Amino acid sequence: MKLNRIGVGAIALAAASALVLTGCSTSGDNNGSGSGDGAGIVTANGSEPQNGLVPTNTNETGGGRIVTSLFSGLVSYDAKGKPRMDVAKSIESSDSQNYTVTLNDDRVFSNGEKVTASSFVDAWNWAAQVSNKQNNSSFFEDIQGYNADADSPLTGLKVVSDTEFTITLNQPVSDFELRLGYSAYVPLPKDATKDITAFGEHPIGNGPYKLDGDKAWTHKERIKLVKNDTYKGPREAKNKGLTIVFYSDLGGAYADLRSNNLDVLDAIPDADLASFQKDLGDRAINQPAAIFQSFTIPERLAHFSGEEGELRRAAISHAINRDQVTKVIFSDTRTPAHDFTSPVIDGYSKDVEGSDVLNFDEKKAKELWAQADAISPWSGTFQIGYNADGGHAGWVDAVTNQIKNVLGIDASGAPVPVFSAFRQEVVNESIQTAFRTGWQGDYPGLYNFLAPLYATGASSNDGKYSNPQVDALLKEGLAATSIEDANKKFQEAQTILFKDLPAIPLWYSTVNGGYSNKVSDVVFGWNSQPIYEDIVKK
Amino acid sequence: MSNNEYTPGPGHYVAPLEETPLAAVDAVNVDEKPSNLWRDAWQDLRGRISFWISSVLILLIVIVAIFPQLFSSVDPTKCDLQFSNQGPSEGHILGYTKLGCDVYSRIIHGTGTSVSVGLIVTVLVFGLGVIFGAIAGFYGGWVDSVLSRVGDIFFSIPYILAAIVVMSQFKAEDRNVWVISLAIGLFAWPSTARVLRAEIIRVKQADYITSAKSIGLSNFKILMRHVLPNSIAPVIVITTLSLAGAIVAEATLSYLGVGLPSTIMSWGNDIGAAQDNLRNSPMTLIYPSIALSITVLAFIMLGEAVRDALDPKARARR
Amino acid sequence: MARYIFFRLLQAIPVLLGTTLLIYFMVFAMPGDPILALFGDKTPTPAQLEALREQYHLNEPFIMQYLRFLGGIFVGDLGTTYSGQPVISVLQSTFPVTLRLALIALILETVFGIGLGLLSGLRKGGASDNIILAFSLLLISLPIFVIAFVLQYLLTFQTSIFRPTVGEGAPWGDLILPGIVLATASVAQIIRLTRTSVIETMGQDFVRTAYGKGLSRGRVIPVHILRNSLIPVVTYIGTDLGVMMVGATVTEGIFNVPGVGRTLFQAIKQSEGPTVVSFVTVMVLLYLILNLLIDLLYAVLDPRIRYVK
Repeated sequence: MKLNRIGVGAIALAAASALVLTGCSTSGDNNGSGSGDGAGIVTANGSEPQNGLVPTNTNETGGGRIVTSLFSGLVSYDAKGKPRMDVAKSIESSDSQNYTVTLNDDRVFSNGEKVTASSFVDAWNWAAQVSNKQNNSSFFEDIQGYNADADSPLTGLKVVSDTEFTITLNQPVSDFELRLGYSAYVPLPKDATKDITAFGEHPIGNGPYKLDGDKAWTHKERIKLVKNDTYKGPREAKNKGLTIVFYSDLGGAYADLRSNNLDVLDAIPDADLASFQKDLGDRAINQPAAIFQSFTIPERLAHFSGEEGELRRAAISHAINRDQVTKVIFSDTRTPAHDFTSPVIDGYSKDVEGSDVLNFDEKKAKELWAQADAISPWSGTFQIGYNADGGHAGWVDAVTNQIKNVLGIDASGAPVPVFSAFRQEVVNESIQTAFRTGWQGDYPGLYNFLAPLYATGASSNDGKYSNPQVDALLKEGLAATSIEDANKKFQEAQTILFKDLPAIPLWYSTVNGGYSNKVSDVVFGWNSQPIYEDIVKK
Repeated sequence: MSNNEYTPGPGHYVAPLEETPLAAVDAVNVDEKPSNLWRDAWQDLRGRISFWISSVLILLIVIVAIFPQLFSSVDPTKCDLQFSNQGPSEGHILGYTKLGCDVYSRIIHGTGTSVSVGLIVTVLVFGLGVIFGAIAGFYGGWVDSVLSRVGDIFFSIPYILAAIVVMSQFKAEDRNVWVISLAIGLFAWPSTARVLRAEIIRVKQADYITSAKSIGLSNFKILMRHVLPNSIAPVIVITTLSLAGAIVAEATLSYLGVGLPSTIMSWGNDIGAAQDNLRNSPMTLIYPSIALSITVLAFIMLGEAVRDALDPKARARR
Repeated sequence: MARYIFFRLLQAIPVLLGTTLLIYFMVFAMPGDPILALFGDKTPTPAQLEALREQYHLNEPFIMQYLRFLGGIFVGDLGTTYSGQPVISVLQSTFPVTLRLALIALILETVFGIGLGLLSGLRKGGASDNIILAFSLLLISLPIFVIAFVLQYLLTFQTSIFRPTVGEGAPWGDLILPGIVLATASVAQIIRLTRTSVIETMGQDFVRTAYGKGLSRGRVIPVHILRNSLIPVVTYIGTDLGVMMVGATVTEGIFNVPGVGRTLFQAIKQSEGPTVVSFVTVMVLLYLILNLLIDLLYAVLDPRIRYVK
């Protein structure tokens, strides 16, 4: 067969351009509708939600910031983390175990449906069932009737009237009212659970914002919210809307902020930590946050059990110069830890008894290490495991270098390539090194920083720590009738934690962020997120 | 494509076809000492200055890689935050990294890893690329189809997925130079193979190949003696550059968090770690990059000299 | 010729089967539990874990998962992401963006790569050759993320020529800067490749003949030299388009381009099997077609090459 080579060329080129044309034409239709472009809309950074926007299924910050903007619960938190009534008119209890909730009767969802006692009770009941696979189902575990292993109705919830319902708990929980501001406890409209997947795509809420039309959410790109005019309550939006742009890389977000393409940014890329306050001037934000960071040395590791382990943990803790790391590696965007909680939490104290184990003291460190060596001589390398995809290498290397220099042992980081593998090794207890741990508060209470992490068998007790004294004190604190009494018990529990060091506290994160010259009144809340509804766009 | 505006005129039909490089045909007929392209190339190479400069440079780099302690007495793993990002001082001519490690010493001690990654990947890519490309291009037909499609499969696997999967099969302490080289090299060769295949398809149409066939040389001999030497030039270019590519790819993998563990010193790791530090102390990134550039330059010069030596026309002109 | 093309397209079937099987296996072999990772630093209850594993069919053996995926393809169902989005809609939204980005980069690297390479080759050993060598060295020895940061810094706040990241709908204008960055990754290779090829061709007898016949440089260079030097360059550019489609991970990440590289990287990290395999499958298809076109182009560039079956 003879070929006309010009002909072949023409075919090749025609096919090539066809490829390109089809490529372009499909992109034309994604500039969906949406009314609220431009004036009065605040833009903020975020990330693609991991799940549909169902409040009881959203347990990460990407979806969390959207869900909290779309929904309002019985109470909401002010900037300091103090709860204030929102949908509820009052929440009353005499024994911290039986609660009576009265609702404001003028609250509606953005589709006009009234927010009633059933809106709460049905939503909670639905979310607590195992078969509905809600990530936040454990938030209902203290309500009577809850069962983590099988479907079981929450018998502790009873509707009295449209505006009143009662809650009965399994035991007294002194901070229950405080918890109610978390986004798992919001109401859902009647038909939401019929097709929860569809609802997650187009949620209808009762919060200060609502979705801007059907095409508001461009997946992996942005979501557009507009002010919900039917919202009544303390969180009414002072701007016309909120567009959350999903960034994959903070560097780009920061660049956008500096060129005023982005109004609010709630994190600063590592490369700019040292200079962002200079770059942004008084538009920079650096304030404490409810985030605690540590690393855990499980008992099961050789040389870390019993008395020897206690000595070695204390020695390692003394060998870390937290001031230096927070200053040099983090440019003062972390503050050295003084306890196991966070300075933004009510009841926090810098001087809990026993907290001096967190002070940098080379001599003491060497002494304690030598004492441990007397019990059983040290061998091997001390390693801290971390997920390599989370930007932890810098501090892990710095901390292990300090341990190495002070104690004269081999120490290094042990990266696990991806987060999912890291978590699997931690949860399966197959990780054979110490590992990084951390906690971001769900609600601003001491108990939330202690019980899920250090109570025997608790869900996030990754080191499998168990001490009956701690368990007892946590339980007593929970049963106390006042927050003050409760906090006293929790601090006592911390004193024991300082001795056992189930995790070695490192530092508290601060919120680092900033805002553009197009907005004002930017305040960051206790949960490190900007209070979007208060922002004023110039 | 730049050629789509061009309408072929009569002139160019003539040019490529009428000229026959008779020298190649003649050479086969010389009876006592058959011309051997590879040997001729070596003869030629010995007389080139750029060959000697690059060889000495590469030798030096190899010595640094094998005996780093001869060039630096500072312990590169002894790091102290109090020296973080400090400039050059007595005994620390290039200053310190963010973690307070000696920059110069880390570059010297990282040479071995980086050059090994570069070389292993290069050998892997060159070897697999040449075998697959040469056979596919020369024999054509179903052999070509099978080999080319195997290449397509390997090439369409994103190298990050490959790297994560390959790296994850090993425990942290076993993740070494070989593993990362395998992860990078195993999925990079099809590009080389395709370029070589294209060159061979082009070269094997040449009249001197037809002549070689007509005098009864075996296929394999034709491939080795005539086709390969005449089509290897672009592969040499790609190969010398892939050395740099491999070292840089290692840095990119570190940046994405799937590279070598930070306990292994390498230029890539240093460049990846210094990225955070770009605004405060850019030199911590620039110095390892310079080391990388010098190494790449040496190999590019060597590649250039080898290519010139292999090209009989370029030789003739000298 | 039609027969040749038909057989080439037929080969796509085994390639697709091979690739999907290989990729699916690789994702399956990845360490880590994607369901656990959905819970961040917290640990879900065993009942929750079990229920979610069942929902995503993660409790089935590998071969069942693969066959399920394969079966889905025929009914146009590629599965869903962990966030419940159909994979097909993810494909539809990301591929056009990346295709635009890759096209910009491709044009830039072709124009600059071949242009500078030609200049370099024609003036071998001259000053411009050495300057171009130095320039290529600079590009080669800096990783793409460094180039991206530096350009983003210089061209956005310092001069505000470009937006630092890509705006809504990823318009062409916003993709120029990431396109430049992406192009720098392989422009050096194209320069060196073109240069070598041009030098080789210049030594060919037909070029000397062409000059000897009194043809002008303006005719000899494009018609005789460049055209005959293009085969390796075109091949390389073709493979590079493939790299840019999936390998733009870093560039897309830094400039926040909602494209394939970024999405695929996230999916890989989350071990999201269906997404990864679907993306790569589309990639393979594109790649097969591209290679076929390039093979056909050889015949245009060199009239002696024939595809006779």
